[in-house]
Amino acid sequence: MVQAAHDATSFVAPLEVEEEELYHAKTFIGKYIWSQDAKVIAIQYAVTAIAIGLVALVLSVIMRLQLGFPDTFDFITPSNYLQFVTMHGMIMVIYLLTALFLGGFGNYLIPLMCGARDMVFPYVNMVSYWVYLAAVLLLVASFFVPGGPTGAGWTLYPPQAISPGTPGADAGIIMMLVSLALFIVGFTMGGLNYVVTVLQARTRGMTLMRLPLTIWGIFMATVLALLAFPALFVSAIMMTLDRLLGTSFFMPAMVSMGEQTAYDGGSPILFQHLFWFFGHPEVYIVALPAFGIVSDLLATHARKCIFGYRMMVWAIVAIGALSFVVWAHHMYVSGMNPYFGFFFATTTLIIAVPTAIKVYNWVLTLWRGNIRLTVPMLFAIGFIFTFINGGLTGLFLGNVTVDLPLSDTYFVVAHFHMVMAVSPILVVFGAIYHWYPKITGRMLNDTLGKAHFWITFIGTYTIYYPMHYLGFEGLPRRYYAYGDTAFMSDSAQALNSFITVAACIVAVAQILFIWNLISSLRNGKPSGPNPWEATTLEWQTPDTPPKHGNFGENLPLVYRWAYDYSVPGAVEDFIPQNVPPEDVPTARTDDPTAAPAEGQPA
Amino acid sequence: MSVTLVFMAVLMGMVAFWLLRHTINVRPWAAESRGNLINSNIQLPATKIALGVFMAVVASLFALFISAYSIRMSLADWRPMPEPDLLWVNTGILVLASVALQWAWNAANKGRMEIVKRAMSIAGALTVAFVLGQYLAWEQLIATGYFMTANPANAFFFLLTGLHALHLFGGLVAWYRTSARLWRGVGETAEIAKIRLNVELCAVYWHFLLVIWLILFSLMLNT
Repeated sequence: MVQAAHDATSFVAPLEVEEEELYHAKTFIGKYIWSQDAKVIAIQYAVTAIAIGLVALVLSVIMRLQLGFPDTFDFITPSNYLQFVTMHGMIMVIYLLTALFLGGFGNYLIPLMCGARDMVFPYVNMVSYWVYLAAVLLLVASFFVPGGPTGAGWTLYPPQAISPGTPGADAGIIMMLVSLALFIVGFTMGGLNYVVTVLQARTRGMTLMRLPLTIWGIFMATVLALLAFPALFVSAIMMTLDRLLGTSFFMPAMVSMGEQTAYDGGSPILFQHLFWFFGHPEVYIVALPAFGIVSDLLATHARKCIFGYRMMVWAIVAIGALSFVVWAHHMYVSGMNPYFGFFFATTTLIIAVPTAIKVYNWVLTLWRGNIRLTVPMLFAIGFIFTFINGGLTGLFLGNVTVDLPLSDTYFVVAHFHMVMAVSPILVVFGAIYHWYPKITGRMLNDTLGKAHFWITFIGTYTIYYPMHYLGFEGLPRRYYAYGDTAFMSDSAQALNSFITVAACIVAVAQILFIWNLISSLRNGKPSGPNPWEATTLEWQTPDTPPKHGNFGENLPLVYRWAYDYSVPGAVEDFIPQNVPPEDVPTARTDDPTAAPAEGQPA
Repeated sequence: MSVTLVFMAVLMGMVAFWLLRHTINVRPWAAESRGNLINSNIQLPATKIALGVFMAVVASLFALFISAYSIRMSLADWRPMPEPDLLWVNTGILVLASVALQWAWNAANKGRMEIVKRAMSIAGALTVAFVLGQYLAWEQLIATGYFMTANPANAFFFLLTGLHALHLFGGLVAWYRTSARLWRGVGETAEIAKIRLNVELCAVYWHFLLVIWLILFSLMLNT
């Protein structure tokens, strides 16, 4: 395969794409610890994100234990419960999903899929990871300071977040805010790399419209993150000043613990605007890479070109642009001007249009495809289900009148977990099963993978589906215990216990996944360079796992898009991006000696 | 939030327009023959694109601060703050620093490295003077009892001037690296091209921070 690409260079003018000067590390530390290689940085990002994600998973199990079986566990106090809710949300959204999709998959896939040797600024890329690690460590450290981590809810709304009486209002909240600021600084360094690499370091022939959708998703998500994270940065700085210096950016005049505070005149709504100005694009920062990756998984494992590639690209761009004008649909109950609500309800419904286009295109990609029910494909199909589910409840909640009664209930918990927790995490799993062979050279265990998929997929439905009903019944979210309240019927409590049992099973089942990741490193069946018979460039590297510099002597040349599956007339059902039309073996001239090796497993 | 909304609309409009222009009349499914392959990257140095993206991020940061400022300004307890006259002097100094860098850039384009050296030194000195001047303005305000908690306008003043100065410090790091390269000697043509690029990037960044400062300053005068 690679040979074919190299031969091709003799037919075209010398490479116009400038060769990067790569930094070649010599020591073990330089190669694997202070590494400037995007692939190593990607693994560092991914391992850190997954590790902190497991912490958040445990926190969610503790929360569920309390909700399912109140008055049973002494170690869960009301304060602890709030702290666990806060940390679970913050870790999952920012430190796991954002870091894993952009820092993990972004770093690994952007240079490989674009046909670049590395990111354009490898040193900055390395610093990006270490700043991220510092942010994570600071966050973890907040568990061990007096008062513990903040319990203000993941939205950190003032005045509650920094008022005495809220768990972690002393040190925890400051560490949280500083950790977020660090995360943003680290991300900005990485993000500059991702954007510039996609714009400037693609290999010859790799036009924008030949990029795999994975790269489109990650690229647009990075643009969103670069522009939206400053909002969180601004609010974090201003809240830190309110807390430390006693300014009144967000803090209104109020009586706390029987005493008039020194604050005066600040606006908590201002914080909400800033927070959600970041918070809503954040949903798409997590969703767009998932959209992109799932498109590639579906096309590869259904052996069919993606349906409506151009429409998929434009939908990603449209969603990205629109995601900046929907933020206040998180604030219908904040008491803002009702005309605002009307405006934001309209934009929210409009953004559903490009999103729906994507869903139709995924389904149509599967239509009459030669579907291979591999583990990545199972996760990709599972994603379509959970995403449609969560998306539809999003349409309900986007309307002001429906949102008002449901806003503080479990309906919202069910909605956002379906659409931006379970859906992206299914894609994360699918993507790991898909790219693990390239990263390690070995396949993950298929049986364990399938068990992992079915338990996770069915499990998430048993967890979140009942929550919709609890929400309809009016069960408020964020509560530690319900006691003898009128809105909590016995059946609702039974449902809550059921959800907890399901959640525990799903959580324990993730051990299968972790075990699979670890044991397959040694025992996995060797995968060869291209086990899924995929077309994109990362599967065409001369070495598996790819070496420093990715592509050996010469960069690959790209002659076609990433979706040439089952091309009529071609012998193989896939044509890699770096095979020129002249070299594609067709059924008529089927001469085995003329056919280039198509990169099958060795 | 209308400031941010307009800013984002313009920015995302530009991004979307650029992307559409490069994707609209393309048939992605068509394979290309050998010999027809093109390099479709943006033909600019990576650092130049990175600076552009970085300035968009910084602009977004300050647009959000300006939004927060205008929302906070409309609330009941807002009191105008006294603006130290020193700020006018500082503004003049920053303008001169920008002019000096422009001078350096022009000279670099003509390859007159001695003038580049002189202009770069002047620009650096002026920038340091600006930051010191800002610090003096802080001191004056604190001495008259207008620290951050005195009123929200003051809080914003310290916050915004502080952040702006931090961004200038970042610029000074780039300025130092460029100067070090400049003084190390300029033998090879490749080295000259690199210096020219770095001087240009510094100049653009300084102009950008000058514009930001002028916007912030006019806001602060407007209390």
